[in-house]
Amino acid sequence: MADPLLRVDNLVRRFGGIVATDHVSLDVGDREIHAIIGPNGAGKTTLISQLTGHLVPHGGTIRLAGRDISRLPAWRRSALGLARSFQITSLLSDFTAADNVALAAQAHHGHSFRFLANARKEKGLRDAAHAALERVGLASRADVPVARLSHGEQRELELAVALATRPQILLLDEPMAGLGATESARMVKLLGDLRREVSIVLVEHDMEAVFALADRISVLVYGRIIASGVPDAIRQNDEVKRAYLGDQHVVTRNG
Amino acid sequence: MNASLNVRNVVTGLVVAGLVLLPVYSALSGNVFVLTLFTRIVILALAAASLNLIMGYGGMMSFGHAAYLGIGGYAVGMLAQEGIGSGFVQLPVALAASALFALVIGALSLRTRGVYFIMITLAFAQMAYYVASGLARYGGDDGLTIYKRSDFAGLLNLSNRVQFYYLCLACLLGVVFLIWRIVNSRFGLVVQGLRSNEQRMQAIGFPAKRYRLVCFVIAGTMCGLAGALLANNTDFVSPAVMYWTRSGDLMVMVILGGMGTLFGPVIGAVVYLLLEEFLSQLTEYWAIIMGPLLLLIVLFGRGGIMGLLGRLKRG
Repeated sequence: MADPLLRVDNLVRRFGGIVATDHVSLDVGDREIHAIIGPNGAGKTTLISQLTGHLVPHGGTIRLAGRDISRLPAWRRSALGLARSFQITSLLSDFTAADNVALAAQAHHGHSFRFLANARKEKGLRDAAHAALERVGLASRADVPVARLSHGEQRELELAVALATRPQILLLDEPMAGLGATESARMVKLLGDLRREVSIVLVEHDMEAVFALADRISVLVYGRIIASGVPDAIRQNDEVKRAYLGDQHVVTRNG
Repeated sequence: MNASLNVRNVVTGLVVAGLVLLPVYSALSGNVFVLTLFTRIVILALAAASLNLIMGYGGMMSFGHAAYLGIGGYAVGMLAQEGIGSGFVQLPVALAASALFALVIGALSLRTRGVYFIMITLAFAQMAYYVASGLARYGGDDGLTIYKRSDFAGLLNLSNRVQFYYLCLACLLGVVFLIWRIVNSRFGLVVQGLRSNEQRMQAIGFPAKRYRLVCFVIAGTMCGLAGALLANNTDFVSPAVMYWTRSGDLMVMVILGGMGTLFGPVIGAVVYLLLEEFLSQLTEYWAIIMGPLLLLIVLFGRGGIMGLLGRLKRG
């Protein structure tokens, strides 16, 4: 295999004098779960935002299946098979769960300059939405407006929306944030099932989940990757231990 | 939920039935004035409905929507002045000119958000106002009298009050029907999704700007139709029709009736213009009463009249 699915080389992003992403390089292979961990403020969300195109890098390249996507806008990356979930739930709150997912399917299913036919009656879109909701266990909540879903359900819906774009790679920004123990366990199981279909970049504070799921882990501290490897190697890595302990940022089970 | 929708539907049905039957009442009572008044109301309701498409459904607070009233109107007036009286020419020109104007100012102003978008749309409309004031050949500041209404070759006689009224009403209902179809279409859902959460829409693969721009152009074109009708109604077009206070009037009609509801702007236009008519007969200082009244509705009736009706049966 010539190119990994996602390859990041020497990515740099500054905010004023602060280097939030400091020459980060990493790659994600086909159907691999690559977790990115690090203390608060390490620049994890900044990194994800550059991968999705919500933030423009100041240097370096991002390649998706060999193609340079560093300067493409978010919507175009989505079309190429990159999907994200947001750390802080970001949904269309005045739409129903099914509408949220159906819109994601619609974006990847023909063009949307159709003005007259009722989109909510398009069977293809509704079926796709239903399948994605079923996948995350929200099928029975399809017609509930997002604002009336519980936090846990909204996290699951985030995932369903990402899945409905039929991505090659999922960028998940703290999918367990704010979830209770049972909800977390369900999410871990779900992500574990998904690894057979799609590559995942997982940013997460829940170490138990990370070590259970990840094929590889990269540790980000002050914008730099200080270690990268299989979970066991990371567990043993002295620099990682020092970074976490020396920082006073104790990594807790739940963010 | 259903009960509240029914109150709305009943009121909407009554308003539409009233509008349809109005010429009958006018004929029976011999009250010609009421027909003239309501012709104006129906035309401005059409303009308000078009504004609601971008403002209510699209979340684009355009403060320059009256510009299209002027552009549609001047298209009719200028062509008439040059001896082209056929409505089959005037109307398409009015629509095309409005669409083009919307395309240009939309492409420029949709780069901005929030208060900047409001200001830049306002600025463009004021520019149109001053350009029209400078058109010496077409009356400049004083406006342009239209000596002959658009001619539809015997198909329709716009000088016949009843025929003209029904033409305007058909245009209004046609546009509302079109908006209904649009807001439930793929395109309409995208536009409403962008209103709700642009970042999310970009992340799932929608380029925001081009959808907003197309929506902006559709609304402008619809309002251009209202402008062409308005010029025919008054046999006159002047820069004043584009003045920023007119854009404000349209916004008030939309907010008063209920943003993002199908018939809200129609009801808003009827109530606003009837109030204006009624209060201005009572006193010269009618705005002193109108102002607080609007404030009350906006403050306490979230969602405008449609919002109030929606809550009526729930409590």
